Formats: sequence, C-alpha cells, structure tokens
Amino acid sequence: MKESLLTLLAMAAMSATALAADIKPALVYGTGGKFDKSFNEAAFNGAEKFKAETGIEYRDFEPTGDTQGEQAIRNFASRGYNPVVAVSFAWTSAIEKVAAEFPDTQFVLVDSVVDKPNVRSVVYAEHEGSYLVGVLAGLASKTGKVGFVGGMDIPLIRKFECGYEQGARAANPNIEVLQNMTGTTGAAWNDPVRGGELTKNQIDQGADVIYAAAGATGLGVLQTAADNGKFSIGVDSNQNYLHPGSVLTSMVKRVDLAVYNAFVDSKGDKFTPGVQALGVAQDGVGWALDDYNRSLITPEMQAAVDKAKADIISGAVKVHDYMSDNSCPE
Amino acid sequence: MEFVDIFISILGSTIRLSIPLIFTALAGLFSERAGVFDIGLEGKMLAAAFASACAAYITGSAWLGLLSGIGVSVAFALVHGFASITNRGNQIISGVAINFIVAGLTIVLGQAWFGQGGRTPQLPNTARFSPITLPGVDALRDVPVLGPLYANVISGNNILTYFAFAAVPISWWILYRTRFGLRMRAVGENPGAVDTAGISVTWLRYRAVICAGILCGLSGTYLAIAQSAAFIKDMSAGKGYIALAALIFAKWKPVPVMFACLLFGFLDAFANFMQGKSVPLIGEVPVQIFQALPYILTCVLLAGFIGVARPPKAGGVPYVKER
Repeated sequence: MKESLLTLLAMAAMSATALAADIKPALVYGTGGKFDKSFNEAAFNGAEKFKAETGIEYRDFEPTGDTQGEQAIRNFASRGYNPVVAVSFAWTSAIEKVAAEFPDTQFVLVDSVVDKPNVRSVVYAEHEGSYLVGVLAGLASKTGKVGFVGGMDIPLIRKFECGYEQGARAANPNIEVLQNMTGTTGAAWNDPVRGGELTKNQIDQGADVIYAAAGATGLGVLQTAADNGKFSIGVDSNQNYLHPGSVLTSMVKRVDLAVYNAFVDSKGDKFTPGVQALGVAQDGVGWALDDYNRSLITPEMQAAVDKAKADIISGAVKVHDYMSDNSCPE
Repeated sequence: MEFVDIFISILGSTIRLSIPLIFTALAGLFSERAGVFDIGLEGKMLAAAFASACAAYITGSAWLGLLSGIGVSVAFALVHGFASITNRGNQIISGVAINFIVAGLTIVLGQAWFGQGGRTPQLPNTARFSPITLPGVDALRDVPVLGPLYANVISGNNILTYFAFAAVPISWWILYRTRFGLRMRAVGENPGAVDTAGISVTWLRYRAVICAGILCGLSGTYLAIAQSAAFIKDMSAGKGYIALAALIFAKWKPVPVMFACLLFGFLDAFANFMQGKSVPLIGEVPVQIFQALPYILTCVLLAGFIGVARPPKAGGVPYVKER
C-alpha cells in the first residue's frame, strides 16, 4: 500500500514536471532591500515585466544580511527553481559554491563574474554611464564643484565615481569632485541619514550637483539636495520622479533587462552561460531623460552628452575602468 | 575652502547629529535616575520614528506625527514599566525584548501597510519639520565668522533641534529644583527611604519611565520626519546605545549629558568630514577610528581613568516592599 502510494506520488510529480513546460524562476536581491527605488527595484521591475507578459509566477527573496544570500540561493536551487538569478556582487562566492552543487540549474549573477558552465554573469560598464552623467553634472554646476556619495566602499562603487569624475572633467577641466563613501559594511546601502549628512557636508563645501551611487542611502542624498535647492543625480533605476526639478538625471543601469532576459532565455531554452558585458553601446547603461527633468537639461547639455555617448560607442573616448587596475587617473 | 567655513560646516553637522542623542540620553537619564535601567531606548526611538512617519504620511501633519511618535514610545515605556516595576522583572531583559520586538514589528507593519519593504512612503515637505530661519540672518550675513555661524549653526535648524536644547535646562530644573525631581533621585538611590516617607515608589518610577518615553518619542520623530523624510528599517542604527554611552560618560547628569552628546556628534561629523582626506605626517586616517571613539571613550571612563562613573545605587533592582 505504502509503495503504491509512493509510486502514485512519484507519477504525480513526474506528470507535474511534464505538464509544466513553464519555468520556475527565482530571484535573490541584494541587501539594500527590494524597494530601494534603485538597484534592487530595477531587478524587481524586470521580473514583474516577465510575469505580466507570460503569466509565469516567480519567487523572490530579500536577504537581510550577507550570510542569508547563499542560503536563499541554495534553497531555491534545491527546490527545483530554475533559473536562479542573484543580483549583487555580494553573492559571488555563494553562486560559485551553489552552481557547482547544482550543475543542471541555470544561474545568473549580476554585477560580478563567476566562470562556470551553468552561470551567466552580467556586468555593466557603469563607468561609461557615470561618464555621461558626469558630463551633465560638469555642465550644470555653477560653482565648479560637484559631489559623489557612494554606498559601500568597494571597487564597483569606485568605478562609478571614477567614470563620473572623468565625465565631469571632460565637461569642465577645472572642476573639483568631492567624494564620500557611506560605510564599509552592507548597512551602507541602507543609511539615508548618513547619506544626507554627507551630502550636506559636500553642499557646505560648495558642491551643487551630487551623484548618489548608494542604493537606498541615495534617497537621503536626493532628499538633502532637494531640501537645499541643489541638483542630484539618481542611480540604477530612473529616479527623476522622486524630486522633480532637483534630480538632474539618473544613471540608469538596466538590471531589469538582465533579470528579464534571463527568465525569457531560460523559458525559450536559449540560456547561454558566460559573461555579458553591457555598456552604453548595448543600452545597458545610460542617462534618463523624461518629463520630470526635461526642463533642467539645456540644449547645450543635451548636445554634449549625445556627443559623449557617440564618442564612447565609436571608441573616440575611452573611459577608464577603475576595476581594471584599481586606480583612477588624476 | 577656508578654515572658518570648514569649522562652521562641521559644527552645523555636529548639531544635526547630536539631537537624537541628546533626547535619547535625557530619556535614559530620567529612567535610570529613578532606578530603572533602560536598554530599550533604541527600540522606543525606532518605534517612535515609525509611528511618526506613518502618522505624518496619513494625516499630512508633522505635529500629529510627533504626537503619535510620543504616544507609541510612551506605550512601550509603559510596557517596560509594567514588566520591570509592577512585575519586578529583569530590567535589562525587558529592554532588550523591546528592542527586538520593535525592530521586527516596524518592518512587518510597514510592509503590510505600504508594501515598500518596511519603508514608509516619502513625505512631502509640508508633513515634515522644516528648517526655520531665525530673524536677522540676512542682517548679520556680512559679519565675518559670526554671520555664517549664526546663519548655518544657530539658525536654519528645525523646531525639534531647539526643543532638544531647551530640554536640557528643563531636565536639570526638574531634576534638581522640583519636589518630583528630588524624590525621583531619591528613589534611584534608596527607594526604601522614599517608601518610609509614605511616597509611592511604583508611581514615581512610572512617571520617570513616562518621561523617558516622551523624550524617546521626540528623538524618533526627529530621525524620521525632521532629519529624513520617511521611516527606513533600522534607521536608529545603534543611536540608542551611543546615547547610553553618552549618559554613562556624563555620569548621569543633564548638562554634561548634552556636552557628551555634542562630543559624540562632533566625532561623527568629523569622521564624515575626514573621509578620504589625509592628515599631514600620518596620511589617511581610517574613519572607523572616529566612529569607534565614543565607545572607546566610554570604556576608558568605565575603567576609571577619567574620574569614576557611579550609577544610581538602586539602578536595576526592582523594589520589594518589606512586609
């Protein structure tokens, strides 16, 4: 009796998988939280878009600490979720371990590279996108000083800063770039109070355009800039709508595309492992222009940033990548 | 940037960062001087931040936000009082429990109500305490040093900042110049004597924790709707503990509490400023050194190097009436 029950169960399970041509996608966010209006929210939007188009449900998980990521990824993989998408450099070693344990599961890692036959690594040329918003900042600044507030002090965020600095300098060779990092732990992505304080500090020192690359901490940066009547630049998602008239533009990083494409490719059996590098040329990064900031962008700024974009695509301008040698040219 | 400008910028930052510490440390002062240790300052502050952000968002009024922040904080203070005064439970455990409950509850409720991962929606400026410009800023603007000092440090803060600095002398006056204050101090040193005089120890201690609740409510409200424009999970970020350290550092006295909080706020502001700047001869100093300084200073004090910090004698001991 027991055996026949088991067989029945097994058959039911088999038929279930047979019927489900649909995939069971899963998504693990970074520690900034799903609704950071920035990086993680972009990933969420990509997954939601997939769900709306295909009707396929997905599961997601918000790790609250650095140790939960690996657990979540392994959990999804062992419960048969496929593909498993992890957004954040913090899950690099987790993906490396879990991908070896589940060779038949497709993994996608955003912002970092893991070399495994079942892992797709999506990396962005943030320095190129930051260069573009740097050009805008350089042109918009009246004081000749622009600021940068980063989240956690890691090479990836330095890469944002370095690109921004190069862009600002291209627009105005005498520009001074002030920079601060919020912290050295994961909590730095979620500390808008300190973000706001660092921003006020830079404003006091004369900065009038401040670029935030700090997840949810950036909300404090944008808020403080708006409170003090200065310009700010959002990051990852389009944040122009948060403070119309104060957010000059946003450096958009299409994390939503990485998630959406991963789900779609997996569904259509077109999943490819390896590194996908998305830059300005692939529209993986860029600057946001919409009704909220159109009045802030003058025709000269528009022309300059379009030219910078064309130059990067054509190769006439080569933006230095901080992570290539861990240094930024002065 | 000129030296004076740097100094004024850091000073302004110091004020902004010290306010929640001052409120919270004064809250601890009331509670602990009455003999009730309060490690739950952090939790009450967080609860008040959440409540004020929710109320300000729904009603659109900063004052109603403040009111509900204080209300919720007092409610938690009463829970602490009920556990540790009426039921004579362990004060530390009750306080820690409050911290844990609040840390979880705010996120769960926030997610259930607003669906933004425990964050409350961004507040419009009308629902926040905005900076107030004091009269005479423009007249004084051209006066060297004094002008910018007045404009950026003394003026241009929100109303809660002035409340905080007013709360210091008021606390001093209550503690040292009123009958209630005298009895409160006595109940923290020798509750038996107070009881013998025919005064209710329980009622006195309850009043003290309610005072603590009100002050924590102010500090939480400052965090959520004056300094920021929304509640963010864990936004108190350990300030309750720093305030406790300041309280010990100031040896449980109101005016030194203010200076200790200003010192700790200054260290924070200085750390923000020093980031990435190099000091002559030494090079770049890691900001963590400045961030750790409040704790280090408190340890040094407790080790007895800077005078002796003597807590209220009856602190942490529930009062049992002899029968």
